[in-house]
Amino acid sequence: MHYLAITTPTLQRSLTVLVAILITVISVRLADKIRSRSYTFRWYKVSGRIQLKIVWLVAGTLVAIIVLLGTGLIVGDYPIPASRAIATALWDRNGEYDFIINSLRFPRIVVAILAGMCFASSGLIFQSLINNPLVSPDIIGINTGAAVLAVAILAAGGNIGYLPWAAFLGALLTAGLIYLLSWKRGVSATRLVLVGIGVNSLLGAVITFITVKYPIERVIAAARWQAGTLFGASWGDVRTLLIGLFVLLPSAFFLTNRLRILQLGDETAITVGSRIERDRLALLAVASLLAALAVSVVGPLGFVALIVPQAARLLAGSITGGVLIFTALLGGFFLLGADLIAQRLFAPVMLPAGVITATFGGPYFLYLLARYNRAN
Amino acid sequence: MQTNQDKPKSFSGQDLYLSYGGPAIVEGLTVTIPTEEITVIIGPNGCGKSTLLKALARILIPSKGEVQINEMDIQFQSTKEVARKLGLLPQNPRSPETIIVSDLVRRGRYPHQSIFSQWSRDDEVAVTEALSLTGLNDFAERPLDELSGGQRQRVWIAMLLAQETPIMLLDEPTTHLDIAHQIEILDLLKDLTRESSRTIVMVLHDLNLAVRYAENLIAMRDGEIRISGKPTDVVTSQMIHDVFSIQAQIITDPVSGSPLCIPLPNDMKHD
Repeated sequence: MHYLAITTPTLQRSLTVLVAILITVISVRLADKIRSRSYTFRWYKVSGRIQLKIVWLVAGTLVAIIVLLGTGLIVGDYPIPASRAIATALWDRNGEYDFIINSLRFPRIVVAILAGMCFASSGLIFQSLINNPLVSPDIIGINTGAAVLAVAILAAGGNIGYLPWAAFLGALLTAGLIYLLSWKRGVSATRLVLVGIGVNSLLGAVITFITVKYPIERVIAAARWQAGTLFGASWGDVRTLLIGLFVLLPSAFFLTNRLRILQLGDETAITVGSRIERDRLALLAVASLLAALAVSVVGPLGFVALIVPQAARLLAGSITGGVLIFTALLGGFFLLGADLIAQRLFAPVMLPAGVITATFGGPYFLYLLARYNRAN
Repeated sequence: MQTNQDKPKSFSGQDLYLSYGGPAIVEGLTVTIPTEEITVIIGPNGCGKSTLLKALARILIPSKGEVQINEMDIQFQSTKEVARKLGLLPQNPRSPETIIVSDLVRRGRYPHQSIFSQWSRDDEVAVTEALSLTGLNDFAERPLDELSGGQRQRVWIAMLLAQETPIMLLDEPTTHLDIAHQIEILDLLKDLTRESSRTIVMVLHDLNLAVRYAENLIAMRDGEIRISGKPTDVVTSQMIHDVFSIQAQIITDPVSGSPLCIPLPNDMKHD
């Protein structure tokens, strides 16, 4: 009780936010100083180019994530002294806080980071491929596709254990449907977006139908899941995300070169030797899988995939492998931050993290739309 | 620039049938492009000149016939291999938003790169040379959309140069440029054929510029080649009438010695 009186939730809350903002500002400043210097490495046939700016951005984001991770372990309804919290998380398996730290807080934090990475890198690929900053998997219906099957299971009172699989399947089926529907002697980016938006509203109607048809108490669970929440995240979720990311992130990394070529438009891409339809399909598949993976674990959490890649490209520039890694980490940072705020803002009432990402994301999206309209 | 290695001995289109899914635009066209020269394709709007260029660049796959380099169909060669032999500057190239000039030019190296070799010494040399040949050294780190139309066109040409292809195809490279920039771009291309003996094929709208820079002129109408050859041999008022349906007088350009076409006022009824 005494401890609580000294550090009120309000203070903790503002401190967390302050530290996060400070770190972001510092890393942006550093990145600006470094500008576009690059380092080239060559070793036999192996060669590459690294922008120092990206190295700093990645390092800065990593530090920010670690700080936020530490904060997340310490802060909560049940206050735990910093040294004890960190000791428990890292080596002390027999301490009195073991359950709170290692079964509740730590896995939730890691899930937030990993899911944020999935969403953000998926969004970056979609935005770069379609050459439109207002596109993301949640806008072209992939998240909604996941939600349809998941909500159906929740509303019909099916086995909750199948929920992640249903969501994953729903996302993939939707991605495939959008791809097939936009195929007409090849897939054009514009057609893909239009078809996606259409499919998104169609699936939204299906969800409404389900929620109206089934009893209210089940529908509430479905509504909660749809907002996107990290409540109840477990080490099992961490494992799922890690396995998925382990395959998908390197694939995405090595596909960025092809993506950079596809960005030049079909004609130029063909003349520099790109196999456009194959490369585009590969990239769409990886991006859809990344989104599906995250949705299957944390629900159709909106806006992370939309605004994080925006911010990342503003700081780091056009997509490269390095920018992809930076974007992924920034997504992790953002979702973790959003979840911590969601937990603490109206403590002890916990908001779904999706509410916070939408609160930040909505206005930012409107700002982008306004800017985009002015530019055109 | 290093383009000597696999310099093509021949480049041609054989019995090409071309369409965009609808009615055929070109039927049974055969064309041989002389190597190490500038070939300019002219003709009225809709005559199929851009279509032919797209087919030569394998952007448009012929429904019948084939495009050959060294008498081998390019459809049966790996796309990266072909991309090391021929490059194209499309009419309206698309750029990703907020791209830096050097970043765009670097992407022209794609056919020379692999998953491990992302930035070899050759890549670096090619990009540096392309930037300095096009006079873009001072703009290398600037965003593309801050540049003027003429500068932007030079960036696209720099990207094409960085690709280091012995054959370069350009679809109206001087459109939207003022006369000074048109001359600048065409002089640059002319120097390139002279110094590194490249084969250049381009579509130009301006008849007089076409005639002045072409070593080989191809005049098209209704999907057919009406006449081709050295401008001094083929440009006559009869040929201009055949291709463009206008009356024109041909005089000799006092500066370049090439034919100069002066359209005459048309007294006949307009449609």
